[in-house]
Amino acid sequence: MFDGLLTVTVFLPAAVALLVALFARGENSDQQVRWISIGATGVTFVLSVMVFVGYDQDLAGVQMVDYFERWIPVDALRSSYLLGVDGLSAPLVLLTGILGMAAALGSWRIKKRVREYFMWLLLLETAVLGVFVSLDLLLFFIFFEFELIPMFMLIAIWGSGRPRYSAMKFVLFTLAGGAFMLVAILAIYVTPDVNTLAMVSIPADGIVGIPELMAGADLAAPAALIFGFFFLAFAVKLPLWPLHSWLPDAHTDAPTAVSVMLAGVLLKMAGYGLLRINLGFFQETNGFTIHDVAGAMSIIAAISVIYGGIITIRQTDMKRLIAYSSVSHMGFVMLGVAAVGSSAAETSAGGLNGAALQMFTHGTITGLAFLMVGLSYDRTHTRHIPHLGGLWKKMPLIAIFFMVAGLGSLGLPALSGFVAEIMVFLGTFPVWPWATGVAAFGVVLAAGYTLWIVQRVFFGERPATPGLSDEVYDNLTDANWIDMIPVIALAAPIFVVGIWPSVVTDMFDIGIQAVLR
Amino acid sequence: MTVQDFWALSPEIAMALLALLVVSVDLVTRSMAKVSAVAIIGLAAPIILTLNLWNGWFGDPAVGPALFGTVETDHFSLFFKFLLLTVTAGTILASVKYIASERVKDHGGEFVSLILLSVTGMMLLVSATELITIYVALELTALPVVALAAIHRTKQGVEAGTKFFVLSAISSAILLYGFAYIYGYTGSTNLDVIMDRLAVLPTEAGVPFGSYAVLLAVIMIVAGFGFKMAVVPWQMWVPDVYQGAPTPVAAFLSVASKAAAFAVIMRIMYVAFGDPILMQDWSGLFAILAAVTMTVGNTLALSQSNIKRLLGYSTIAQAGYILVGLASVPANQVGATFAGAGPQGVMYYLAGYAFTNLVVFFAVIAITSRTNDDSIEGLNGLLKRSPLLAGLLVFGILSLLGMPPTVGFMAKVVVFSSALNANLTWLAVVGVVNTVIAAYYYLRVVRAVVFEDPADESTFSGDKSVLIATGVAAIGAGVFGLAPFLLLEFAESALSIVPGL
Repeated sequence: MFDGLLTVTVFLPAAVALLVALFARGENSDQQVRWISIGATGVTFVLSVMVFVGYDQDLAGVQMVDYFERWIPVDALRSSYLLGVDGLSAPLVLLTGILGMAAALGSWRIKKRVREYFMWLLLLETAVLGVFVSLDLLLFFIFFEFELIPMFMLIAIWGSGRPRYSAMKFVLFTLAGGAFMLVAILAIYVTPDVNTLAMVSIPADGIVGIPELMAGADLAAPAALIFGFFFLAFAVKLPLWPLHSWLPDAHTDAPTAVSVMLAGVLLKMAGYGLLRINLGFFQETNGFTIHDVAGAMSIIAAISVIYGGIITIRQTDMKRLIAYSSVSHMGFVMLGVAAVGSSAAETSAGGLNGAALQMFTHGTITGLAFLMVGLSYDRTHTRHIPHLGGLWKKMPLIAIFFMVAGLGSLGLPALSGFVAEIMVFLGTFPVWPWATGVAAFGVVLAAGYTLWIVQRVFFGERPATPGLSDEVYDNLTDANWIDMIPVIALAAPIFVVGIWPSVVTDMFDIGIQAVLR
Repeated sequence: MTVQDFWALSPEIAMALLALLVVSVDLVTRSMAKVSAVAIIGLAAPIILTLNLWNGWFGDPAVGPALFGTVETDHFSLFFKFLLLTVTAGTILASVKYIASERVKDHGGEFVSLILLSVTGMMLLVSATELITIYVALELTALPVVALAAIHRTKQGVEAGTKFFVLSAISSAILLYGFAYIYGYTGSTNLDVIMDRLAVLPTEAGVPFGSYAVLLAVIMIVAGFGFKMAVVPWQMWVPDVYQGAPTPVAAFLSVASKAAAFAVIMRIMYVAFGDPILMQDWSGLFAILAAVTMTVGNTLALSQSNIKRLLGYSTIAQAGYILVGLASVPANQVGATFAGAGPQGVMYYLAGYAFTNLVVFFAVIAITSRTNDDSIEGLNGLLKRSPLLAGLLVFGILSLLGMPPTVGFMAKVVVFSSALNANLTWLAVVGVVNTVIAAYYYLRVVRAVVFEDPADESTFSGDKSVLIATGVAAIGAGVFGLAPFLLLEFAESALSIVPGL
């Protein structure tokens, strides 16, 4: 079958990027490039909505399949061009559509090398979309790695602080993880009983996927090792303690829109990989299953949550603070995945659903937080918290929406963060009561650092030694309408999912049930 | 000679005639643009004749043995002829400005004609199935290159030419020695007959290749071709010649000469030594050479500061990756999942590498012709000075490095995966480790181009002809990376020479 919608969705940004790179010329091209790029992400957003809405929940399974079998037609690596969405990937495609558009809009004020900037941003969106819809392992890997080049350029050229150092650190961490993943992919492929790269079974196209074939098969390498290689690659990207140290640097030095993409969707590629590959492939493998390490995963998750939370409180840079809070929040994703339990009978689908939803909500909430920090920084030119204070009077809109993000992240009921976290806790508690109990303390930490930063930056009085001169402070202006478009785009899903979670959770549940087989 | 023979050799004949035509045109006109135009338009003839042999447009294609069984016009040779012709067209296009420059001093016509003659030799080489023919074709390939390398008549150029000539002569001598052993042992110079004789001749247990004579012969043959393929330990000439010779010649050497050498060594190994037991013996030999070549090439490249020398070492390392595919023979795959894709991987890698390397070399030609600076620092801030060339260069370098989704990555994955399946896991691991080492020096070039500040802010763009050649090569590399099946299916049908495939 070749449905075509996914191919168009994935490659539209890249195609526009190519056109922009080749044909945008002249003095006035910057403004055109901005409009064209924003238009492209807008169309991609519409397409991603079409993917999400078009997914038939009654039918379930993998839909909108684009299948070209003989992509690499050699026996040594029979790889096919196979795209498709199921309940797990459809919401993430939507998330990428939303954030891609928000990031392009949020880049309105970029002045430096505009043409190149938007080219990389659009290529980044293609890479992320490709990761979520690829159902061939090699294709998945290619998109997973391809994302590095745009990210590296975006951080290194348009970043602040120590951009090249941070960009290099990001690339080296991810490349190292990626190398392990490639080895794991090849090891699965050369296993005689598997010998395919299809990540799921699609009966309509006669595709039998790895999860089915790996069940009970003797792998070419020990299953624990292959699992570990995949896990390592995703743990770097998620990131989990102790592999997280690239994240604060990359976030702090990246331009605002890139931080939005990084926190919003790039980290989700790892969560998605954990669910699709580590959980999907390793439930019935010979000699080793994911159940054997679920306990260890819950412990790492709890450490990540608490460690991330404690470090966050100590931060004095607004962006760094939010970056560390991501480590804490992505720990909840890991905790939810650990709900798979020590045996198939113990598996809690609720916890897994919570992990999936946490990815979605964290994407919008943290994306919004970075956007608001960016808006504030554009005006005050400092992110140093002790230098700020009393900004509420000058920029109420920015303060309000920063609070929305903050309250969402600490888990205020009626906002989406609450739903996700409660699902993770309720789902995982019966399976791993101690780890969940410890991790739940992370919510208290979140309340602490969120309320404290809001209090220090936006409320209270201006500090005795203000970082802003009176002149700057007096001339501060609030966000204007063009700044508010991406803000609204990111804030809306926080409320919608908070009040009406089933719009996303029903979808995720279909995906999780399919992964659990 | 029959009419059939003429058909079979028609691309080579057209090529030789074209070389003569180009020299004649050079006598009449002083305009190098006209000379190159004649050459490029004239190349259509051998290309059409090659396509004809593949498709059979003008009547019955003469696919099969010709000239008393000394050459074979099969899909394998046609695949390589097509690749060589494409590379030649690109090289000549990229040299249009160069041959008109002061540096060549009125030898532009000879330059083009020598390239065409050398390619004639290569085309004969890839279809030769008989040892003497192989040797003659090889000499025809090498001698024009000696003159090409020394065409500048500077101290460096003459040194490059002399070095190439002496080493080429020595390697030919070693090769001939190896051929002589084979002839003495089997009584034939025909590859098919050699295979039949080897199968019936008595073998000694425990000796690789069944006899010391054959072992010695194979080592000498591999050593002889190792020089052409730029395989360690026969790689010493590469950096010196690449740096001393004109850049278009280096580009031509790094791609065409290498492709032809790999083609002929594949044919010799798979046809003459295609017995499964012998295959396992030479697979081990190539595996060791591959590991050493990759590692030495990459390690020595780390400390280079001249871009042409760096590319020289990089081509050595790339030869190592290709050797991984050569070592991954079907016969090693006892208990493996599928028939081998090693040879297919070699052909895919060679074609992908050809386009990628041409992108890099052509971009370097375009850049250095403006900046007159061969050092890596000379590339500083290129992105600001010439965005298009910088983009093309970075694309080529990333493909050489093997960054997904470029053709370099695809080819590496196919080759390494063949190695895994041929029970050469250690070789695949060495390959992956080498890729990581290589990232260091490739990324140094990228860093200079993208991040460093230029010493000289002036902007420039390349000559139109070089830009076209670079662009076409880049499109080729891009397409073969995104759509590997385009090449791999050709490679598959070209591999009828490999037994069991």
